[in-house]
Amino acid sequence: MIYNQKLTATLAVAMAGLVASTAIAAARDQIRIVGSSTVYPFTTAVAEQFGKSGGGKTPVVESTGTGGGMKLFCAGVGVGHPDMTNASRAIKMGEFEDCQKNGVKDIVEIKVGIDGLVLAQSKAGAPLKLNIEHVFLALAEQVPGADGKLVANPHTNWSDIDKSLPNVKIEILGPPPTSGTRDSFHELYMEVGAKKLAALKDMQKADPKGFEKLWKSLRKDGAFVEAGENDNVIVQKLEANKNAVGIFGYSFLEENHAKLHGASINGVEPDYDTISGGKFPGSRPLFFYVKKQHVGVIPGIEQFAAEYVSAKAMSKDGYLARKGLVALPKAEAEKVAAAVKAMKPLTAAEVK
Amino acid sequence: MTDIAGADAPVLRLDMTSDAAKRRIRKRYAAEARFKAYGLAALAVTTLFVGALVFDIIRNGIPAFTQHSLTMDVAVPDDLVPTATRSDPLAIRGADYFPVTRDALKAAIPGIESRRGERTLVRLLSTGAPDVLRDRLVADPSLIGKTVKVPLLLSDDADLYFKASSTSIVKRGGIGTATPSGTTGEITILTSSNDFAAEVVTIKQAAKAKADALAIEAARLTTFGGQSVAQRVTEINAEIAELKARFDSPKIEEILDAKLPSKLVEINGGLVKLTKITDVSVTGEVLLPLASAADAKPGDWKVVTYTTAESNRKVSDQEVAFLERFREKGMVDRHFNTLFFTSGDSREPELAGIRGALIGSLLTLFVTLVLCLPIGVLAAVYLEEFATKNRITDLIEVNINNLAAVPSIVFGLLGLAVFLNFFNFPRSAPLVGGLVLALLVLPTIIIASRAALKAVPPSIKEAALGVGASHQQAVFHHVLPLAMPGIMTGTIIGMAHALGETAPLLMIGMVAFIVDVPTALTDAATVLPVQIYLWSDLPEVAFKLKTAGAIMVHLSQKEV
Repeated sequence: MIYNQKLTATLAVAMAGLVASTAIAAARDQIRIVGSSTVYPFTTAVAEQFGKSGGGKTPVVESTGTGGGMKLFCAGVGVGHPDMTNASRAIKMGEFEDCQKNGVKDIVEIKVGIDGLVLAQSKAGAPLKLNIEHVFLALAEQVPGADGKLVANPHTNWSDIDKSLPNVKIEILGPPPTSGTRDSFHELYMEVGAKKLAALKDMQKADPKGFEKLWKSLRKDGAFVEAGENDNVIVQKLEANKNAVGIFGYSFLEENHAKLHGASINGVEPDYDTISGGKFPGSRPLFFYVKKQHVGVIPGIEQFAAEYVSAKAMSKDGYLARKGLVALPKAEAEKVAAAVKAMKPLTAAEVK
Repeated sequence: MTDIAGADAPVLRLDMTSDAAKRRIRKRYAAEARFKAYGLAALAVTTLFVGALVFDIIRNGIPAFTQHSLTMDVAVPDDLVPTATRSDPLAIRGADYFPVTRDALKAAIPGIESRRGERTLVRLLSTGAPDVLRDRLVADPSLIGKTVKVPLLLSDDADLYFKASSTSIVKRGGIGTATPSGTTGEITILTSSNDFAAEVVTIKQAAKAKADALAIEAARLTTFGGQSVAQRVTEINAEIAELKARFDSPKIEEILDAKLPSKLVEINGGLVKLTKITDVSVTGEVLLPLASAADAKPGDWKVVTYTTAESNRKVSDQEVAFLERFREKGMVDRHFNTLFFTSGDSREPELAGIRGALIGSLLTLFVTLVLCLPIGVLAAVYLEEFATKNRITDLIEVNINNLAAVPSIVFGLLGLAVFLNFFNFPRSAPLVGGLVLALLVLPTIIIASRAALKAVPPSIKEAALGVGASHQQAVFHHVLPLAMPGIMTGTIIGMAHALGETAPLLMIGMVAFIVDVPTALTDAATVLPVQIYLWSDLPEVAFKLKTAGAIMVHLSQKEV
C-alpha cells in the first residue's frame, strides 16, 4: 500500500503542475521572430544587442525557413503567433492573401540589406570566370542542342560549355529545394542565364510555362549535388575537392576568404562593393516583416525594428556588416529607416 | 557412452585419418579462422571510425574550453559614474565602458592615430570585454577613479589567432644601416647594403612563373576558335605583357600585394609593412609607430616575413602586428573558458555558452521523467499483471509496439497540433518539449518495463499469493521491486533517447536563438542537441570549435 500511495502522490503532483502551468500561457512580454535561416544570423545579432541595451527581454528567434516562417506569421493575430518573420525573398501573393484571410491585415515590410549568392571554389583550383549563361548551361537538366532543340545536358567539363573555361569536370554543390537560397539561385542565375541564350528566345515567347520549367529543373546526373541546408558542409567539401564549386551566401565566402574565392560572373567579382552596388548579378534583398497589429501589445517591437535599421547595425561599418550582411546603398537605407518610423502597412498592389 | 552408440551402429565408419577427412577438418578450421578474421576486421573498422570521430571532435573541441584575454591596467576615470550615484549598482552597470577599454588599449600601444588603425585595435577586443571590469566595479565602487588590472576578453578572430596561428613569422637581421624617413604614415627606408635583393629576385621569379603558366594557357586556347576564346586570349596576353615589364627591367620597383607573403621591417621599436621594394630602398605603411627616425645600425633592425599571404588568412597584417606586440609584452593570458558554462547563447562566438541549453535540457527532461516514469510503469504493470487478455488489450499492445517505431518528427507535429494549437501552451517552452518527448519515450518505457516484469520468476508471485497476499500486494510488494533494475534500464535508455532528440522540438519552436537562461518550465528554452545544430550552421569559424565543445559536453552528459 505504501508504494501505491507514493505513486498516486507522484501522479497527482505531476497533474497539478500541468494544470497550474497552463494558466501562465496567457501573457507574453518577449518578442517572437520566425523565418529564414539566411536572415537568422543577422536577426539574432540584432536581438542580442537589443536585449543588451536594456530594451527589454531578448527576443526569441526561430530558424524555420522563409516559407515556414510566413505560414506561422500569417496564421493569426494574438500572443500565440509570432510578431515578425524573416524572409530571404519578398512576400508572395499567396502568402499575403493567406495573411489577410487570417486577420493579419497590417504587415510592414522592411528591407534590411542585401545578400550575395555566390559560386565559390577552393583557392587551390583554377579560378572560374563565368558568364551567367554558362551557369545555366552547366546546371540545367535540358539545354538547347546544336539544332536548337532541347537535349539532355551533355556538358561534363566546363570547357564543353565554352572553350575559354578550364578543362575540369563540372561538380557543383548547392542547397536542396526546400531552401530559400535555392529559390533565389533559380531566379538570379538560371532564369537570367536562360533568357540570355539566343536559342531559347522563341521558346520563352511561345511556351512560357515550359520555359519556366526549364530554368527550374537542375540536372540529376551527378554534376549537381544537393549538399544539405548547412552551408558549412559545402565549405568543407570545397576545401577537400579543388575542382568543386559551391553555391551559398556571401557571408560564408567572406568568413572563409582565407580558403575560398568566388567565381566572377559576367566579369564581376563577388565582393562587398559589387554586391552592395548591385553590380554583381547574384545579389538579392533580404527582408523582415512586422505584424503591425502587435505593435503596442507586445512591448519593444518598434524599438527592435528601429535597432535593426539603425546606423550602428545596418550601415557599412555596423555590426551586421561584420556578420556578413551587405548594407543597402545610403539613399535606400534612409528610405527604409523612414519607412520603419512611419510603419506603413503593405498593400496588395505592392505584392508581386 | 561410445560403447552404447557403437554396439548397434551400422557399418558406417568415419575414417578420421584419411586425406579427405583431414581436408574437411582443415576446411572447417579455416572457415572458423576466416569468420574470426572477419569479426576482427569489422571490429577494427568500427573502432577506426569511432576513433576518428572522437579524435576529430576532441581535437576541435578542446580549444573551445580555453580563451585568451589581454590583461591590462585600465585607468577608470573618476567621472565614469557621478559620485552621488555610486551606491547604485544599476548606475555603475549602465555606464559607458567602451571609451575606458579603448583608452586602455591605446595606452598599451601608443602612437596609433589613424582612425583605421584605431578601429582595428578596438575590434581586437570582444564586445563583451568590459563585462569583467563592470562586475569588478559593481562589487567594489571604490575602484572608480583608480587603475584596475583586469583581463579584457579578445574577439573570436584574435582568440583563434592565438589558438592556431594562421601564419608563421620569419625574421632576419638587416645587413646595412637603415634610414627611415619618418615615424608614422607612409615612410621610405633606405639601406646602405643590398638588403632586399633576395626579395626582389623572388618576386620577379614568381612573376615569371605566372607569365609562363599564362603563356601555356594562351597557347592551349588559341587552338580553338570563337569570340569568347579570342577575348580571353587578349586578356591573358595583356597580363603577360604587364608581368614581362616587371621581370625584364631590374630597375622598376616591385609592388607587394596581398597575394604575396607579407614583408615587414622592424626598426626603432616600430613595424613597417612594405608596399614597394627595390634592392636598396623600401616604401611602406607604418603599422606600429617608430620611436625615432634615427639610423638603425646593421643587426639592430630586422626584415620580418609573414609567410602566409594576407589574402589567405583571416587576420590582417595590422592585426597580427598588434597581437604579436601584445604577446611580446606578456599581456596575452590564456585561461579556462568559464563563460562557455555560465552564459547563454550569443552571436559572438567568444561570449556564447551552453548554460541556457543545458538548463533547457534539464527542465525538459524533468517534465518527461515526471510524466513518463509513473504512467509508463503503471501502464506496464496493468497490462502485464491485471489486464484480461481480450481484443482490446491486444489492440493496445500492438499499438504501443507500433508507436515505438513512429518517426520522432510525427510526435512534434502532434505536439504542435495538440499542445500549442489546442491547449494554447506557450511556444518554445520546456513544458511542451517535455510533453512531446514523454509521448516519444513512453512506448519504450512500457515495453522495457513489461519485459522486466515478465522476467521476474512466477514463483515469487505465487509464494506471495500462497501466504495470503492480495494480487495487488503481490505485484507491488514483490514483483515490482524485483523488476525495478530492468525498468530503470529501460527508463535510462528512453531518457537518453529523449536527450538527443531535435526533430520533434523543431515543430514546437525550441529550435531558436534564446539568450536568456530559462528559469521556469514556461520560459523560452532550447536544448543541447539543438544548440549544437544551430551553432554548426553559423558562418563564423570560431563556432566550429564551439560546436565540437558542445558535442563533448553532450556526450559526457549522455554517459552520465
